[in-house]
Amino acid sequence: MADNHSRVAHQFDDLAQQQEASNLGMWAFLATEVLFFGGMFAAYAVYRSLYYDAFVAGSQHMDVLLGAVNTAVLLLSSLTVALGVHAVQRGNNGALTRYLLMTIALGSTFLVIKGFEYSHKYAEGLIPGVRFALEGPDHVELYFILYFVMTGFHALHMIVGIGIMTAMIILTRKGRFSPEYYNPIEVSGLYWHFVDIVWIFLYPLFYLIQVHP
Amino acid sequence: MSGHHVSRRVYFAVGFALLVLFLLTVGVAYIDLGPFNIVVAMAIATFKAILVVLYFMHVRYSSRVTWVFVSASFFWLVILLVLTLSDYATRGV
Repeated sequence: MADNHSRVAHQFDDLAQQQEASNLGMWAFLATEVLFFGGMFAAYAVYRSLYYDAFVAGSQHMDVLLGAVNTAVLLLSSLTVALGVHAVQRGNNGALTRYLLMTIALGSTFLVIKGFEYSHKYAEGLIPGVRFALEGPDHVELYFILYFVMTGFHALHMIVGIGIMTAMIILTRKGRFSPEYYNPIEVSGLYWHFVDIVWIFLYPLFYLIQVHP
Repeated sequence: MSGHHVSRRVYFAVGFALLVLFLLTVGVAYIDLGPFNIVVAMAIATFKAILVVLYFMHVRYSSRVTWVFVSASFFWLVILLVLTLSDYATRGV
């Protein structure tokens, strides 16, 4: 109990109140993230409705299979994060470390695949402003600008997420977490799940525009 | 700690449901539904997001004030999208 007491910052009455406050803080941050990505989704919706043919032409250059693999990889990584929270609630910090390592491995796999996709785009000359050689409908560059900005910001969030998970592993190894106190794991998980949700929308919007015959 | 403990079975069930819904998204994309392809894709994606929010992010078991925060972020997103798109939709360009 003395140990738990030391985990409570002085502005809080007890651990439960502290946990509630830190969860709310993360949700407030995620609300700003929803609007950050929301602005880009709004831009996507406007330009897709104005230049639908350009979006279809651009999306023909996506690798549906690599995108699908990445979607599965991210969904699995959300599951490993959730199982990590479950493990720390049971006091199983060994399992927590393993689940966090699996999360980092899956997140890194996602980024490596994304890197291959980006390099293919460069080779094919599909990067607006850098190397763009596609003769397509008017405004086809807009599709690729939105693709790189939105998936780029998503990838940036993944890199940050991997950094956070690495920090959580270090703190776990230092014995900071217990079934009574695991707040940082919980809120790090919230962030990771949010980044997963962004990709849940990005995949169909960029890869599956008009793939049917 | 007052946090609700979700069982492993629930996590695996939700993870499995997410993968099935993802395969459904890919499968449906290869069927020509005309303008409804995007509607179906976004409906499935929204359902997946709700599953993640309710179970992986524990909102189903969270306090009312957490619900208020989550709903507020969704509500502001709807304002952002609806007002922007209603502007473009009624410009007659």
